Amino acid sequence: MTTPILEVRDLKVEYTTPSGPAEAVNGVSFDLAPGEFLAIVGESGCGKSTLLFSIAQLLTYPAKTVGGSVKFDGVDLTTLSAEELRGHRWRDISVVMQSAMNALNPTLSIGAQLADACRAHTDWDDEKIAERSAQVLTMVSIDTTHLKSFPFQLSGGMRQRAMIAMALLLEPKLIIMDEPTSALDVVAQRSLMRQVENLRRELGFAVLFVTHDMSVVSHFSDRLAVMYAGEIVELGATREVFDRPQHPYSSGLMDAFPSIVGEMRQLTGIAGNPPSLVNPPSGCLFAPRCQFATDECREFRPELITVQDHAVRCHLVNPRTR
Amino acid sequence: MRFLVRRLGFLLVALWAALTVNFFIPRLMPGNPAEAILAQFHGRLNPAALKAIEAALGIGKHQSLVTSYVEYLRNTLTGNFGISFSQGNATVSSLISRALPWSLGLVGISTVIGFVLGTAIGGVVAWRRGGTLDNVLPPTFIIVSAFPYFWVGLLSIWLFSLTLNWFPSLGGSTATSTLSWSWGSFTDILSHAVLPAFTIVITSVGGWILTMRNNMITVVAEDYVKMARAKGLKPRRILWQYAGRNALLPNLTGFAMSLGFVISGAILVEYVFNYPGVGFLLLQAVNNEDYPLMQALFFLITVVVLVAIFFSDIATAFLDPRTRNNR
Amino acid sequence: MNRLHPLRALSAVGRFLRRDKKAMVGSAILFVLLVIAAFPSWFTPDDPAAEIYNPGAGLSWAHPLGTTSFGQDVFSQLMAGTRQSVMIALVVGFFCTILSVVVGVSAAYLGGLVDDGLSLIIDVILVIPTFPLIIVIAAYTKSASFWTIVFVLVVTGWSYGARQLRVQALSLRNRDYLLAARARGEASWYIIGFELMPPMTSLIAANFLGAALYAVLAAAGLQFVGLGNVNTQSWGTMLYWAQNNEALQAGLPLWALAPGIMIAILGSALALLNYAFDEVSNPALRPVKSRRTKAVRV
Repeated sequence: MTTPILEVRDLKVEYTTPSGPAEAVNGVSFDLAPGEFLAIVGESGCGKSTLLFSIAQLLTYPAKTVGGSVKFDGVDLTTLSAEELRGHRWRDISVVMQSAMNALNPTLSIGAQLADACRAHTDWDDEKIAERSAQVLTMVSIDTTHLKSFPFQLSGGMRQRAMIAMALLLEPKLIIMDEPTSALDVVAQRSLMRQVENLRRELGFAVLFVTHDMSVVSHFSDRLAVMYAGEIVELGATREVFDRPQHPYSSGLMDAFPSIVGEMRQLTGIAGNPPSLVNPPSGCLFAPRCQFATDECREFRPELITVQDHAVRCHLVNPRTR
Repeated sequence: MRFLVRRLGFLLVALWAALTVNFFIPRLMPGNPAEAILAQFHGRLNPAALKAIEAALGIGKHQSLVTSYVEYLRNTLTGNFGISFSQGNATVSSLISRALPWSLGLVGISTVIGFVLGTAIGGVVAWRRGGTLDNVLPPTFIIVSAFPYFWVGLLSIWLFSLTLNWFPSLGGSTATSTLSWSWGSFTDILSHAVLPAFTIVITSVGGWILTMRNNMITVVAEDYVKMARAKGLKPRRILWQYAGRNALLPNLTGFAMSLGFVISGAILVEYVFNYPGVGFLLLQAVNNEDYPLMQALFFLITVVVLVAIFFSDIATAFLDPRTRNNR
Repeated sequence: MNRLHPLRALSAVGRFLRRDKKAMVGSAILFVLLVIAAFPSWFTPDDPAAEIYNPGAGLSWAHPLGTTSFGQDVFSQLMAGTRQSVMIALVVGFFCTILSVVVGVSAAYLGGLVDDGLSLIIDVILVIPTFPLIIVIAAYTKSASFWTIVFVLVVTGWSYGARQLRVQALSLRNRDYLLAARARGEASWYIIGFELMPPMTSLIAANFLGAALYAVLAAAGLQFVGLGNVNTQSWGTMLYWAQNNEALQAGLPLWALAPGIMIAILGSALALLNYAFDEVSNPALRPVKSRRTKAVRV
């Protein structure tokens, strides 16, 4: 059994709000194997981006990591000082953000931004930096003349690919992606995902991918985690979760997506709203919206229990032992 | 490049507008002061001085408005301002060239110091959000920046000059000495410049601190700063190349727009300290009803401000690649 | 962006201000000054113009701030002068704001050549150094009356606000809710008044305060150099007389400094409120509640 590249245990993140602290991430735990592609899906506000940035140690006020551990290759990132953390950044873990237009410095050229990362972590000379920069741009099919271009001179799809190129610079073991396809049209989305997949096969990095749109990752991820109100409610092999969702929320999500093939079904949404994170309900967080909820659900918070590599957080699936 | 050419064109338009307004004011105001002034001075001044006034006000005997206007423009643009009857009939140009270096030195340097200091402090304070400085500085400087320039000048005179006797209170240099390129002269000038400079810097720095702080706060929240952190760049590099560079841009535009305000304050400071710059000269001219001098000074001050604005445009073009492509 | 009834927008702003310390202090000071301006006789123990007292006297109970070289009571003059300064601030602020709103919003809403033309005018006025211009204008009128000063200040001061409002109106103009209103067939005046302007309330308020502040300082400056009507009671003219009689050197510093302090107080109140309104428009500027200093953790 290989050591997981990432071990997240009981991670908790709070936001300071005028009405008190809001629990945005509520005790999330999972492992990520080297080279594995794990997708985290959930509706807006479920805490998935917060989770991602907490793992990457990039949170700022008003968000704060208040508990848990994040072990990368055996080293707990939450205990490191800022200087020690800096050493791990980009070399081990790199990040791809949602909107490349916002994530790239408008006043520096692409080449300069690539060189930045190189100079911060290696002692490469200018020639080596230029060589590597050209190499990564070619990997994502961007013409190397664009090293001199500025972000506003590139198209949306190109900018996003440039970000991926930047993420590959130092051959990291893990790339974290926060909804990188949300700003793209469907065709560009597909092309980007395929490019990521090819690179992953070739270079062997692990991917942690957050999205609200499951269809984007369904053909590429190894495992799928469903998040709700700051908790993981289901985690398993992608096809398993897709075809046989066990948590009521997950099955509600799957039902909300129509299929092009197959017979016409009645589309159902999930009635209700996500719970308040400042005053969460005492029992299962999904109980107020769940059509199967029992009194037990409303009283006791279910644990995430794994049965045959498929984890579900639901009393109905894994009844509480008395 | 196209950006700079466009800006240059705009500034020239502004200059033209200023000159035109300057020309028409005495004629448009109720009572037609232009005619009244001319009538008042007729017979009291020598012909050369009279001609100067006519040229300045653009009124000639029985000339059409258009001809007067054109002649006025021509005179102004060729530097033909005539003579100043209130200053011993010296030529206006010579008076201006004597006063200009004092103003450029005092106001120019103080403004730059204020801007640089304010921007640096504002940037650093915003970078360390939530500290004591961040909570104390903004209200303090909001209040200080609302102080009238000339009052701060009076206060400094009273405190540092009359009470503590650290610095002289009037003039650009000791009245009885003659200026030369000597160390003695240099320190003399310097000691006379400290209080006026201090006044200008204190009152203007607050504005810069606040604007830069606001810009910096917005920029630090941007995704590209988060990205820079994710890349593991050294904090100082992030502060300068990612946050600072982008926060500075709107500040430069603000610098251009607030120059007018700084100049107005500087004029009053020169007046309070009797500092022999163009502002002081302007107010003397006003008190003496010396119109040729007054109008020439207005033209000059406008030109200086527009040139300064153009320099800040150049700086913006240098820092922001988006402007170079005329977007 | 949801539709905000203008009155609801105003009350939301009011609620926020009550929570913000800066706004509280600023409003309190302003209120006091307004009272003094409205009823100066309550605060002037002596007739401000009467030159009957012992000239050059120091502080005493009868004359808390001493007397001037002419024998006038400084404190009474100070109180009496409040009205002019407050009036200038409010009147100029009012007219500047109206002009800025009309020009700025029209330019943004009408777009095209109208926008280009108006923007050019706004920018040109912004760039020309206005104080020398004001001096020149005031010089021609010799002794500028209150309304002349108001006129001059409004004409030179409205452009900054117009530019800011135009920028904000432009960014709001293309928002979907406005397009929806147009699609519904609402009249232009309704869209401008009830859909476009309510989100701009705090910016408009900030502009009013900014213009008022500008007016106070500029008017004081004009009067200080003797371009206002030197025979009226105002803080600026007090400073003029004090300067011309070398109050500082003559050992009567309060004569020169006190009116300046009043101007500074009024100015500060306006500036504090201005900043508070800025924070309403941009919540990121609000004070951060954290107990220790933390530089951005990188």
